Amino acid sequence: MSGGDPAGRLVRPFTLTGGRTRPSRADFTLITTVTAVDPQPETLTRPQPEHTRILRQCAEPVAVAELAARLDLPVSVVVILLCDLLEAGRITVRPPCPVTRTTPDLNLLQKVRDGLGRL
Amino acid sequence: MALAGSDAPDTVKILIAGGFGVGKTTMVGSVSEIVPLRTEEPLTTAGLDVDDLDGIEQKRSTTVALDFGRITIADDLVLYLFGTPGQQRFWFMWNDLALGALGAVVLVDVRRPRSSFAAIDFFERRDIPFVVAANGFHGEHPYPVEDIREALALPEAVPVLLCDARERASCRDVLIALIDLLIAEAAPVGR
Repeated sequence: MSGGDPAGRLVRPFTLTGGRTRPSRADFTLITTVTAVDPQPETLTRPQPEHTRILRQCAEPVAVAELAARLDLPVSVVVILLCDLLEAGRITVRPPCPVTRTTPDLNLLQKVRDGLGRL
Repeated sequence: MALAGSDAPDTVKILIAGGFGVGKTTMVGSVSEIVPLRTEEPLTTAGLDVDDLDGIEQKRSTTVALDFGRITIADDLVLYLFGTPGQQRFWFMWNDLALGALGAVVLVDVRRPRSSFAAIDFFERRDIPFVVAANGFHGEHPYPVEDIREALALPEAVPVLLCDARERASCRDVLIALIDLLIAEAAPVGR
């Protein structure tokens, strides 16, 4: 965590979002999976370069945190851009497994345990 | 909302917490199938919205880094491990991180257990299940588990393990201990 911008970005992150600092919807978590719609919908407006970068990165399903790391952008910025893409019908979204203390999913836990056991 | 078809995997997460420099990223790296990734968040607090605009270009931007790794559990299930920011002043990020987590591992450096007190407090207060893993630096464990439990004032219900954050098998066993705790808590009988 050095000062300045080690990534050498030419623009400050929130310039990419048109100055927006809050997403238009709150359903993107760090481990929400996003996938580009294939084929992309035909629209008159072409996606902006940053949107295109995201679409390229999520041709295969990818979690929001991973996407942000690959794009070298803060998660909060990526989420705002993802909202645009979702509203434009360019991506699909899969929320993470719901986790509650009151009704734990034993099958899910057993599956995680089995998977870890194979490591 | 447009939901993805069956090709997108389910995702779950576990937090790796503990004091600064206790070995969180090492642990994430030991079990992750990818080199730990890092995202950097600009610090935004309520105060920043009303910050003075003068000299904003000169202001050093402050970011908080988040390291994470991934374990593919099955074709349709992926586990993410998130290292919580170590410095206590970033505790506010833990709330977001903890939301929807299966549970947490609190790593402890037995030479300075104090540095993990905040993490233990955090999970205890929010009733988030966690295990404590004493990371033996250079693989050495000078104190037995019971001494560590006592030093940290941990109840019997919280599993305490000795581990070596550099060792994949050791970290895997810590994660399995956490899942076993969750399964035991979820079981309709017992406890």
